[in-house]
Amino acid sequence: MKDWLCEIRDAMKAFVRTVGELTLFFINIVMYTPRTLVRRPGLVVKQVFNSGTMSMTIILTCGLFVGMVLGLQGFDTLQRFGAEEALGTFATLSLVKELGPVLTALLFAGRAGTALASEIGLMRATDQLAAMEMMAVDPVRRIVIPRFLGGVVAMPFLAAIFNMVAIFGAFIVGVTFMGVDEGAFWSQMHANVAVADVAQGVIKSVVFGVVASLLAVYQGYTSVPTAEGVGRATTRTVVTTAITVLILDYMLTAALIG
Amino acid sequence: MKKDCPKSIVEIRDVVFSRDAKPIFDGLNINIPRGKITAVMGPSGTGKTTLLRLITGQLTPDKGHICVDGKDVSTMSREQLFAMRRRMGMLFQNGALLTDLDVFENVAFPLREHTDLPEKLIRHIVLTKLHAVGLRGTWRMMPSELSGGMARRVALARSMAMDPDIIIYDEPLAGLDPISMGVILRLIKRLNDALGITSIVVSHDVQEIGSIADCSYLMADGKVVASGAPEELSKDGNPIVQQFMAGMAEGPVPFHYPGPDYEEQLLGRVVE
Ligand SMILES: Nc1ncnc2c1ncn2[C@@H]1O[C@H](COP(=O)(O)OP(=O)(O)OP(=O)(O)O)[C@@H](O)[C@H]1O
Ligand SMILES: [Mg+2]
Repeated sequence: MKDWLCEIRDAMKAFVRTVGELTLFFINIVMYTPRTLVRRPGLVVKQVFNSGTMSMTIILTCGLFVGMVLGLQGFDTLQRFGAEEALGTFATLSLVKELGPVLTALLFAGRAGTALASEIGLMRATDQLAAMEMMAVDPVRRIVIPRFLGGVVAMPFLAAIFNMVAIFGAFIVGVTFMGVDEGAFWSQMHANVAVADVAQGVIKSVVFGVVASLLAVYQGYTSVPTAEGVGRATTRTVVTTAITVLILDYMLTAALIG
Repeated sequence: MKKDCPKSIVEIRDVVFSRDAKPIFDGLNINIPRGKITAVMGPSGTGKTTLLRLITGQLTPDKGHICVDGKDVSTMSREQLFAMRRRMGMLFQNGALLTDLDVFENVAFPLREHTDLPEKLIRHIVLTKLHAVGLRGTWRMMPSELSGGMARRVALARSMAMDPDIIIYDEPLAGLDPISMGVILRLIKRLNDALGITSIVVSHDVQEIGSIADCSYLMADGKVVASGAPEELSKDGNPIVQQFMAGMAEGPVPFHYPGPDYEEQLLGRVVE
């Protein structure tokens, strides 16, 4: 009984410590971000492309199929009310407000996030970060911040691409396979999707971009400098990002709708 | 035994340091004279790499002082540390090249980070440094395409790139063939003679490093056991020194890391 309580206490302590460290790490990043943007824009641009191109294939493929499934399921549900023509609205709202930002963040964590975490973790394990410190170069400014900003900038674009491909997927299934009227598909969508809906999605994808990038660079930067430690850091990147994104998604939705 | 080297640039006073409750240094005293080559020798695992990390401020001692140019490293702010390190070059034991940059960009890295030199000049400096270590031809290769010894030589070129006042070499000769070893030895000597660079060299190659060092320290059990010019060291009567210089397994320095009794462990009688 005692042991059990002790374990819970230790776990909570560890959790609080991690959150504290993560906060300090984030503050450090934010403080030096303006300087990095002004002095080393090239490094950031390179990382935007890096994160973007890395995740592009998976975003395109998954986006298409998620859209096609939405087309099928949406058609099946809507025709029960005789409202198949609302398929465009249904698919677009689900995608723009929820599925786009959330799934893009999860896919980003799995593809670009793990790559960032293992890259930085390996740099630590092979003394590259120590070598930079020795050359009077701050690894947080040189390595961490550009990669963090790259992810933050790439995420909304990736989410937008995901949404476009997915809407196209829903269109193919709904209009081409299921025979929904093409004009109705688009015009209903135009009439019923408001700017506020799109804004909600954009806000979400910006927040998720910060979260997913921060957790990836943090896990890599603080990983134990061994093969096993780097492996664990990559796993933890996906797990912590998935949990945080889904919890935040609920809170953001409640705040934005409420 | 005590022959203090004059005019120290690095002074280490009564340093105590332990890692995970395991004592590594217990009252360490070392003087590194300015403009000279100082060799630091000692059995594997005595803490030579740790010593270099202490000097460069990557680690802080539990007790005692480490002064570089009269300033205590452990009380320096991050900016002061960085200012000090700009004047230092360090060769890591494994090279520690940046794996996402090619050889040329690795050597150019400190120049690009700290100076606004025109591309032409950077190119000139980088190629000169690479030429000095005999690897100018590898300038477009990635670190993963180099052998261990080649990577170390590129790292050596990189540590020279900023023309530092102090260069710290962690095992510069390990894993090099005799030709490269000779070249690197002469290079260390020449940098020291021509430019007055202070060199701190950690090495196991007693003979080779003895041939160029002005002053050497032998460490064991967290302390300096002998110091002085290399010739004096080899004449030292201390059994630890004799054992190390002659490379014998038996003697006051145990070859084996402390552990349970060999026979007992093989027979599985040790509670693990
Ligand atoms: N990160 C670490 N955590 C805990 N102990 C460490 C760590 N790094 C080194 N040590 C311990 O510190 C001691 C000194 O290590 P160090 O790397 O300084 O030895 P060294 O003299 O450079 O050896 P070598 O000649 O083999 O390079 C070793 O006994 C090692 O077990
Ligand atoms: Mg070592």
